[in-house]
Amino acid sequence: MNENAVRHDNPPRVALFVTCLVDLFRPSVGFAAIKLLEEAGCAVSVPTAQTCCGQPTYNSGDRADTRAIAEQVIAAFEDFDHVVAPSGSCAAMLKKHYPELFAGDPAWEDRVAAFSGKVHELVSFLTDVRGMTAVAAAVSGTATYHDSCSGLRELGVKRQPRLLLESVEGLELAELKDAEVCCGFGGTFCVKYPDISNAIVTKKARNVGMSGADMLLAGDLGCLMNMDGKLKREGIAVEVRHVAEVLAGMTDTPPIGGRL
Amino acid sequence: MQITSQTFKANSVKALADVDLQRALGNVERGFIDKRQKAVDALPEFDALRDNAVAIKNHTLKHLDLYIEAYVAKVQASGGIVHFAEDADHANQIFLDIARRRKAKTVTKGKTMISEEIGLNAFLEKNGIVPIETDLGEYIIQLRGEHPSHIIAPAVHVNRDQVEADFRRVHVDLDPMRSLVEPEMLLGEARQILRQKYGEADIGVTGANFLIAETGSSVIVTNEGNGDLTQLLGKCHVVLASIEKLVPTLEDMAQILRVLARSATGQDMSVYTTLSTGPKRPEDPDGPEEYHVILLDNGRSNMLGTEFEDMLRCIRCGACMNHCPVYHAVGGHSYGWVYPGPMGAVLTPSLIGVEKAGHLPNASTFCGRCESVCPMRIPLPKMMRHWREKEFESHLQPTTQRAGLGVWAFFARHPKLYRAAVSIAMPLLKRAGGSKRRFTSLPLAGGWTKWRDLPAPEGKTFMQQYAARTNGAGR
Repeated sequence: MNENAVRHDNPPRVALFVTCLVDLFRPSVGFAAIKLLEEAGCAVSVPTAQTCCGQPTYNSGDRADTRAIAEQVIAAFEDFDHVVAPSGSCAAMLKKHYPELFAGDPAWEDRVAAFSGKVHELVSFLTDVRGMTAVAAAVSGTATYHDSCSGLRELGVKRQPRLLLESVEGLELAELKDAEVCCGFGGTFCVKYPDISNAIVTKKARNVGMSGADMLLAGDLGCLMNMDGKLKREGIAVEVRHVAEVLAGMTDTPPIGGRL
Repeated sequence: MQITSQTFKANSVKALADVDLQRALGNVERGFIDKRQKAVDALPEFDALRDNAVAIKNHTLKHLDLYIEAYVAKVQASGGIVHFAEDADHANQIFLDIARRRKAKTVTKGKTMISEEIGLNAFLEKNGIVPIETDLGEYIIQLRGEHPSHIIAPAVHVNRDQVEADFRRVHVDLDPMRSLVEPEMLLGEARQILRQKYGEADIGVTGANFLIAETGSSVIVTNEGNGDLTQLLGKCHVVLASIEKLVPTLEDMAQILRVLARSATGQDMSVYTTLSTGPKRPEDPDGPEEYHVILLDNGRSNMLGTEFEDMLRCIRCGACMNHCPVYHAVGGHSYGWVYPGPMGAVLTPSLIGVEKAGHLPNASTFCGRCESVCPMRIPLPKMMRHWREKEFESHLQPTTQRAGLGVWAFFARHPKLYRAAVSIAMPLLKRAGGSKRRFTSLPLAGGWTKWRDLPAPEGKTFMQQYAARTNGAGR
């Protein structure tokens, strides 16, 4: 355990919201998140009644189904001290958009507000709530970081991952040009408007290539899969990983999309 | 103008392949963003000003009827005439009546998006009246037979070389040896032509950035001065403005002006801010003999009191499109009507109907950059989502998309079934991904794999692996 992590006799009970993409495509991110949360002195649980935060239906205009999904998520997670997701996008959905979904419904408003107040994106939870300033990981190489839109603009995640990444032994950080510009994933956007999405991710891949980094990190698996897919297609040899894997020192597994 | 929002997808594919356009769009991406950031950084109270501006507009919209009434009374008191136009045709007809009565042959125009919205140029030409655009950008696209692709930089999609070629084609007296290499030289050439037109014009048409209830004034902000010449030199000045341009007082206008130019071009103020209040008075040395305001609704009053009311705060600064990755990729014409970018994605369906403009609110990654730079704090992504909800409710989305979503929602609502299904699917998908651990093509995922590989899953889902680990630990 890291010296900066806060010890408690009664560790806070943290429920991990795994996210559907992590569950299906990249389970190692979930295990990295558990390791980091435990290092931060938390008792971690993984409620089994979780599937997805409801963004695909929400952003497609299907409020009724989204609300049904949200009610299920709230019921499964509301008894914990904190709800943490290794994704700015899913955390923002739970934290910022669930209250909008239930606005004007007196039977739910207070319950949703209490739930949303406990939701955090993983890295900001480690730093802002648990006071972590360093991790006990060693990874050699140069990494660049993409600021995924939801985490950045809806939750203010910017400084936190950089703070912890700077403490990783052997890791250099190279800033990414236009790091705050969308990668073109956008959930269903990338398949509904593939040509526009491609134009956007092409710029991103070029900037990653020019960064001089050998590793691209971000906090959202959707963006990571999108950027990795483009880098691989273009033959740009940059390893792509979720930031949690690096902070947990779990980089012995193959990167997202395998090696070139 | 002809609406092509229905073919947004095809428009955008064409735009992506247009080399000249892509070169021009690079300028939007670089110039506007840096300039705005510098202007904002230099003004610590910028966010407080934004809050102020939002409050002014919200207040005005809540009492719009009263402010319109007060405004009309003031315009009349200063000798002007206000005409109410329900829609585009009505506005055009009102204009034509004014023009016919004045036996107008030419009309100079400066600074009006509303004239694009009502298709005034085509209408005037059909009725034998010549409209002349006097803003450099507008003039260029008029020569090219095009429409604006941006609300403050209408010809941002055109390169300098193209402009030079257009001028040499149209300006028959232009010396072939004269250099037009610098933008200033192009401006000089256009100015020379346009200077003759102002004095000849029978009517000068402008838009309005604001209408001020306190004084009955219309206000335009410009950088070229063409707006001033348009409204002062013509014998008759017609202001085309929509109802949401009202603000209560001069002080309110001054407050909102402080965020307008900074958001648009990064200037503290635009070069000219010009207020017009009625026609020339006997003691005035110059000014128009007649002053008319055509106040256009065209669907806006239907937005009041709905989830789209916030959109009526828009002050047309263009910051949202300047910061939008989709706009950067496809340019303004792809959006298929007057208002492009994120603001167009909300406004266009409101004004012409979501059945014609449904692509626009869908073609967004919801990255939120538009909302973060909007000086009026308009929740643009949220309102695009409202349009998607309206589409969903009216079953306007493609059937396959709707069906796919329904399947996803069903499984998402039944965790046990979901677990069972994905526990079978993911290991199969992993095996299909092979030793490369990714797909270069995949049935049903063609939209993705057309342009990028798809990383293969790791195999067993997280929940499967986690259950195995915790059970093992428990035994």
